[in-house]
Amino acid sequence: MRTAPLGHNVSLERRAWNIRRHAILMGEVQGQGYIAQALDVADILATAYFHAMRYRPDDPAWEGRDRFLLSNGHYAIALYAALIEAGIIPEEELETYGSDESRLPMSGMASYTPGMEMSGGSLGLGLSIAVGKCLGLKRKGSDSRVYTLFSDGELDEGSVWEAIMSAAHYKLDNLIAIVDVNNQQADGPSTTVMGFEPLTEKLESFGWFVQRIDGNDLAAVRAAFDAAKAQHGQGKPSMIIADTLMGKGVPFLEAREKNHFIRVEAHEWRLALDALDERKPS
Amino acid sequence: MKPAAPRTDTRKPRLTTSAMIASIAGEGQRTKPAPFGHTLVELAKEDGSILGMTADLGKYTDLHIFAQAFPDRYYQMGMAEQLLFGAASGLAAEGFTPIATTYAVFASRRAYDFIHQTIAEEDRNVKIACALPGLTSGYGPSHQATEDLALFRAMPNMVVIDPCDAHEIEQVVPAMVRHKGPVYMRLLRGQVPLVLDEYGYSFELGKAKLLRDGYEVLFISSGIMTMRALEAAKALVSDRIDAGVLHVPTIKPLDAATILACCAKPGRLVVVAENHTVIGGLGEAVAGLLMREGVHPAFHMVGLPDEFLAAGALPTLHDRYGISTEALRARVKGWLT
Repeated sequence: MRTAPLGHNVSLERRAWNIRRHAILMGEVQGQGYIAQALDVADILATAYFHAMRYRPDDPAWEGRDRFLLSNGHYAIALYAALIEAGIIPEEELETYGSDESRLPMSGMASYTPGMEMSGGSLGLGLSIAVGKCLGLKRKGSDSRVYTLFSDGELDEGSVWEAIMSAAHYKLDNLIAIVDVNNQQADGPSTTVMGFEPLTEKLESFGWFVQRIDGNDLAAVRAAFDAAKAQHGQGKPSMIIADTLMGKGVPFLEAREKNHFIRVEAHEWRLALDALDERKPS
Repeated sequence: MKPAAPRTDTRKPRLTTSAMIASIAGEGQRTKPAPFGHTLVELAKEDGSILGMTADLGKYTDLHIFAQAFPDRYYQMGMAEQLLFGAASGLAAEGFTPIATTYAVFASRRAYDFIHQTIAEEDRNVKIACALPGLTSGYGPSHQATEDLALFRAMPNMVVIDPCDAHEIEQVVPAMVRHKGPVYMRLLRGQVPLVLDEYGYSFELGKAKLLRDGYEVLFISSGIMTMRALEAAKALVSDRIDAGVLHVPTIKPLDAATILACCAKPGRLVVVAENHTVIGGLGEAVAGLLMREGVHPAFHMVGLPDEFLAAGALPTLHDRYGISTEALRARVKGWLT
């Protein structure tokens, strides 16, 4: 159903690489940004937008689309990169990232950007909105799905667990949630800020269909999305727990002492781009 | 403290319980049952987009009447107010008109960020109807929403309505559904007083209405304080004080033109009366408007004090904090002599 603007025969590897590249270019515009997170979720976004989801690039509000809710609004730089790659946002707009009057503010907001379904920034909102959207789609008899990406730090928020309980209660098998476990949040490693393991067992006991994967292994990500989609009609919401590596794809950023908001020197944006270019897939 | 002297009158003894749910209707006052719930049911027969949602307070917000009529259009979200409003935003984004109910304290205090971000910022068509507004519960501060108007007034895109009685609620419900965008409505539930039908009143969103004119005093009021102001104005006749009442049910957007015109009438004491803390509600909204526009009548504010209010029976508390009819009348007399 979806049409890739740059042709049908572009590999997922290349899509993910392109998303990383758009994100680094945007980071360079402002000299800052949540670039390490963008790099870690590029494989998930590539799979969502170029394998799993149904949408029309020239009509982002098309009723028959699958909805993608970015709960972690600070990952906007990553989603903009995916929306550019998907042809929903023109590539030229990349240069406006984070600037006055731009449609691409640093924190993702529904009111600013085509293809952005919710206003994030304040964390822990996405799953609750997703529950409402899933209920609404079922009411309408729609077969569209709701995807929502959130971060491991958001597991600290009570509202996330309110939504997790309700999605199982209402048997929302049109919901596919992806939690990015990069084990970094503002004050340090997520597991030390507030322990959330064992996450698979917790979520299963809440009545969800749960898969835990290496979120940077494209084949595994693709298989997880396929299995989650196959849950439609089975009466359970799906959670994909994606363990990811901050800075994935740029070795010196992967190796950097992990931080929620990593420092990238002015000259390093070019170095990051060079490092990425060396790993360009066919 | 000495025990109170035994009552010598033969009337029914005044209640002294700090129950959560207490009637705001005066003794012998005409009332109507559950105007919000019944009106919503009628409206939903015509408008299939209307859905009911609550956080374990269906029965206590009169939404159970809607739930009985349209069980498949009713969502029980559990005792989870953040989820309630986030999910309402999602349903609105899919084209529905969710009517989300809880107590005013929980919407304004517990779920404020969710309403701010997922409903107001995204400009979603969600109607929030909240029971126990201001001081309408004697249960204590946990259930006394004394600052809800201040909080929702401060939120961009939010329309804020404080209806007076059953007659008005029957008109507010269709008007807020017709309005496209988020609305916060203070809800009176159960047996709701019926007053404004005697004044040939009709509600218009964003409009203040002069219910009664008077030469010496002008009450400006919203919600149940309009009922009290009308009673006080009647009582003040025997004190040879002529008082009018301007009812301002829409707190935001404020009907600046009507308020200014009424306040510009010379020689009249303006008294804003509200069932809300004196901080940030109708009183300060009117004061700010008058100051900005250079209209300077003699001016007083009647509202709840900036403190955590006591638990107790509503009549006791309304007397103590100055929002009962008698207290209102006494204060006006004091200001005029």
